[in-house]
Amino acid sequence: MKIWLTLLLCMHTAFAAPSDQAVEDRLAGLATELRCLVCQNESLASSRAPLAEDLRREVRAQIRAGKSDQEVIHYLTDRYGDFVTYRPPFKGKTLLLWLGPLLLLTLGFFALRRRPGTTPAQPQGSLADLQREFDKDAS
Amino acid sequence: MKRYWPLLAFALLAVLLAVGLKLKPREIPSPLIGKPIPAFDLERLDAPGRMQSANLKGRVWLLNVWASWCNACIAEHGLLLELAKTHQTPLVGLNYKDDDPSALAWLKQRGNPYTLVVADRDGRTGIDLGVYGVPETFVIGADGRILHKHIGPLTPEVIATEIDPLLEKHP
Repeated sequence: MKIWLTLLLCMHTAFAAPSDQAVEDRLAGLATELRCLVCQNESLASSRAPLAEDLRREVRAQIRAGKSDQEVIHYLTDRYGDFVTYRPPFKGKTLLLWLGPLLLLTLGFFALRRRPGTTPAQPQGSLADLQREFDKDAS
Repeated sequence: MKRYWPLLAFALLAVLLAVGLKLKPREIPSPLIGKPIPAFDLERLDAPGRMQSANLKGRVWLLNVWASWCNACIAEHGLLLELAKTHQTPLVGLNYKDDDPSALAWLKQRGNPYTLVVADRDGRTGIDLGVYGVPETFVIGADGRILHKHIGPLTPEVIATEIDPLLEKHP
């Protein structure tokens, strides 16, 4: 999937002004980790929305200006919040998001666990005894 | 008590789902609330000259992001015209990713509610403000801090419950 996205992005930039291949590679790498805020289930790399084009342009400019990946991500989260990244940071607000599934799994495990003493009783005696009793009743 | 736990579990789930139905997942809360409005220096559309964000320091004001290509902006336009008449608060229009002739024609045809209009032709100021759709309305305090951001067209309820209380608190 990533290969196709990178190819698509490369094709798009082939018609744009000549640009540094390394910059485009970094842009592609970052853009797949960022969310398009208009089409919120698409990444910044694949979205054709005008805002996505604007944001890609901004990210490209930031990369060219020598910013690190972290700085570029902060640039966007400062303006749009954590939702713009696909990986939510692990902090107080997102604690429930990260630990929730584990918590629910643990709760579910405890809820479904059989308590000792509630296992079905083993039948006492053998099949022969049962047969004898049956014959006794029958006669 | 033990026999009621499926009912309790259902009640809990029902409450959780009811809360969920009221949420608006497409709305992205702005991280800029409480922070100073990002500085801008834009050309005016309605008159010659420019406007800087610092020009309105000292009083609370409203910034409305709009465009002539935006259908939802038509929905709130009547309200904005009314707001301009009933409120003393400056209403600045930020014309977002538009072209000047279309924008001016739109205002001429429908009426201009704005105290002044600035042009953000390439959307860079919009990005600084965290704009991701149109229309959006910001309430900015006298100290230049963003007090509130409303996403989507304004409605009488929004003005009554979100905007007016802020304007009264920070005249």
